[in-house]
Amino acid sequence: MVEFNLPANSVVKEGKTFSAPADAKNVRAFKIYRFDPDSGDNPRTDTYDIDLDKCGPMVLDALIKIKNEIDATLTFRRSCREGICGSCAMNIDGRNTLACLKPIDDIKGEVKIYPLPHMPVVKDLVPDLSQPYAQLASIEPWLKADSPTPPDGERLQSREERAKLDGLWECILCFSCSTACPSYWWNSDRYLGPAVLLQAYRWLADSRDEYTGERLDALEDPFRLYRCHTIMNCTNTCPKGLNPALAITEIKKMIAERRA
Amino acid sequence: MKMQSDLGRVRGLGSAKSGSSHWWTQRVTAAANLPLGIWFIVSILAGHTADYDAVQAWLGSYFHSTMMILLIVSVAVHFTHGLQVVIEDYVHNRKAEMISLMLIKAVAAFLSVAAIISVLRIVFAGA
Repeated sequence: MVEFNLPANSVVKEGKTFSAPADAKNVRAFKIYRFDPDSGDNPRTDTYDIDLDKCGPMVLDALIKIKNEIDATLTFRRSCREGICGSCAMNIDGRNTLACLKPIDDIKGEVKIYPLPHMPVVKDLVPDLSQPYAQLASIEPWLKADSPTPPDGERLQSREERAKLDGLWECILCFSCSTACPSYWWNSDRYLGPAVLLQAYRWLADSRDEYTGERLDALEDPFRLYRCHTIMNCTNTCPKGLNPALAITEIKKMIAERRA
Repeated sequence: MKMQSDLGRVRGLGSAKSGSSHWWTQRVTAAANLPLGIWFIVSILAGHTADYDAVQAWLGSYFHSTMMILLIVSVAVHFTHGLQVVIEDYVHNRKAEMISLMLIKAVAAFLSVAAIISVLRIVFAGA
């Protein structure tokens, strides 16, 4: 059955508080999930009071400030700090998003930061994404064609054909959507999840790909595809403004279309 | 200990190559339930079920008995398909899952056949 309570060793406890300097005027509390696998302790939430007058505008700026100036043990992933690498996906103020794209001003009161939900935690805000990565590999996200490559080395596509990939190619694979999906929480071992299904549709929609039928065969499964119950959390949470729910519906429509 | 690769685990037993007919049937019966449900509610409100004789006359007619049997079948199919999804979502013990799936189908089959026989008894009682 679905577990409604956390196992005893996963219950989150109250942690330490790091106060802001006495002269700080514009103070905001950041309550951050901490978990250290080496200590054997339960996870906890530490509170860091940050002087926003001496901090950049985004949540990621605050995290970097904490790591640089207050607590070097805070662990999180980040790279590009401009919403294109997908590394800093986390649950901020109850919603999965990218820390680098989330303005602190958007959040009222205490800023609560947790790792992406329902994934094993490696440390602090770093989730283990091996499973979604393997699921991405399983849909073979590359061009598959039997027609020989044209002599000039490029497979051509009309403007209209290329336009069908808009809203799909922009996905940066941060997995905010998959980890926001209740269907993925309960059945991530068999359901592919919105991020991977959006990628599957990206290749189904590509006019140059010649393996549409085989791709649909691999997707037509009560769990891989049809665990999607159009809950729409994926589309709601996508920090890039994409619509994975629509992509999944398009896959279901393609399968319905080839039926008798 | 599990040393299987992530990709091997994710590919698992492969695609069932089914699921679309379940999905489609659920949508078709949902669409059918709408007019059938409206017919049912309107009939009740119109007083066709005011007393025993009224029910017999109403359900004895070709049109209304046909509509009633269609409603029974459509609701039963929609009900079992919907509940099956809920059980598959939440019941992760394979044995418990199989037993509950068979149980809901058996209950739905019994109730719908019993309901259809009841309609037929009224239809043929008048004949």
